[in-house]
This record gives sequence, structure tokens and C-alpha cells, in this order.
Amino acid sequence: MRTNDVMLKTATKVVTFIILMFAVHIFFAGHYTPGGGFVGGLLTASAIVLLMLAYDIETVKKIIPVNYVMLTAIGLLIALSTAAASIFFNVPFFTHAYDYFDLPLFGKTSLHSAALFDLGVYLVVVGVTMTIIQTIGEDE
Amino acid sequence: MREERFSIETTIANILIIILISTGVLFSAVTALGLVRLPDVYTRTHAASKSSTLGVMCILGGTFIYFWLIEDHFNSQLIISIIFLFITSPVAGHLIGRASYMSGIKLAEETVRDDMKEAVAKKKRQQ
Repeated sequence: MRTNDVMLKTATKVVTFIILMFAVHIFFAGHYTPGGGFVGGLLTASAIVLLMLAYDIETVKKIIPVNYVMLTAIGLLIALSTAAASIFFNVPFFTHAYDYFDLPLFGKTSLHSAALFDLGVYLVVVGVTMTIIQTIGEDE
Repeated sequence: MREERFSIETTIANILIIILISTGVLFSAVTALGLVRLPDVYTRTHAASKSSTLGVMCILGGTFIYFWLIEDHFNSQLIISIIFLFITSPVAGHLIGRASYMSGIKLAEETVRDDMKEAVAKKKRQQ
């Protein structure tokens, strides 16, 4: 008998956006409050896993056409190039820099190059978690 | 905020916080009692998914009001978590109940009516 899981699917449609929004919030709040790339990445991965639970892996692959192995590689590349960029400014490896900028909508904002490194961590965490779960989930 | 600790607004805020958090604790205790005392899975999920949701929501609301009115800090994560719990917890209870019915777990002996049985039988006959 085909199971009727309309309630799970409807709740997933609402909840996934809350989780993704919270993941982005945690990722950007990581510099001043608890959070950061690792937790944000895990939250994003858990939102995608929730989608996979409510629908199936093929549907989710159609919705989010991302090769997670490539995502991991891109994340590692971003982290490494953020660390390596300091060499070109004649300072030691992994030296970060920050400055204040006047952005049009946000006003005076301090932008820090550690956020780029965190972006790399975020992508790696999402990529690795989703690769593991997809590999286990596909049983052929 | 410390010097106006006994102003009328603070007193009202404190009363609100005490009421919300003690209601939440009471409902959580009722949940635990229901989990121990009730006879089968379905009544237990009923207890766990309803009263614990309300209990935790009340505690989070009390915490939100404490940080908002006493500490002057508007914490939107608490509001999001209240909404999140309000959506997900009943759905989780529903799924647990449905999964246990579909895997054939017996209802309590006091049960007098089982509408789901007829619905499932009808659905099976259609296929």
C-alpha cells in the first residue's frame, strides 16, 4: 500500500526554508556570536536531508543539481586560496585582513577575509556530509 | 536596568515570566506522567506531542520575555524556535503514530472504536 505522507511533505516545504534561513544566519553571525561555517554547513545539510526524507533522492537531485564532491573541492580551494592570498602581500601564510566599507544597503560594515575561509569550511562540510549520506542512501 | 528593578513594568514582566515558565514546567511534568501512565503507543504519542510542545513553547516564550523586557535584548531566534516547534512537533507525533499503526502495533485493550482499520482495509481492497 502506498503510504500517504502529505503531512510530512507539507511541513517539510515550510520547515526547510526556516532551517536554511537559520543556517545562513548562523554562518554570518559566526564572527561575533556562537556559530560559524561548521554549524551552518551542518544545518544546511540537515535541511537537504529533511528534503530527502520527505521526497526521494532522485527528486532532491533534480531540485538541487549539485555535485557534492565538486562542492567539497571548491570549498577546499576557497579555504586554501584565502590562506595563500596573504603570501602575495608579503605577510606570513594565513594572515587575515579586515577593513571597513560603506556598502549601499548595510551602511558601515567591517568585512573580514576570515569570512571567505569560513565559506570554504561551509562548502566542505555541506559537501562531505551530503556525499556520505547520498552514498549510504543509494543502496545499489 | 538594575536601578528600576521594582518599577511597575518590571513587576508585570516578572509576573508574566513566572506564569509562562511555571506553566511550561507543569506541562512538561504532565508529559512525563502521561508517558509513564498511559497504556499504549498512541495515547503516549498523544501526550508527548501535545503537552510537551505547549510546555516547551511556554518556557521559550518566558525566556524570550525575560531577555526582551528585563535584559533589553530582542532575541529573534527564540521566536523562530517557537514557530519551528509548533510546526514540527505535532507532525513528528503524527508520523510516529502512523508508523506504529502501519507496523501493526496493538491498540490498548480499552479501545472501543478503530476507524483507521476500515480505512486501511478499504484502501487495500482498491488496489
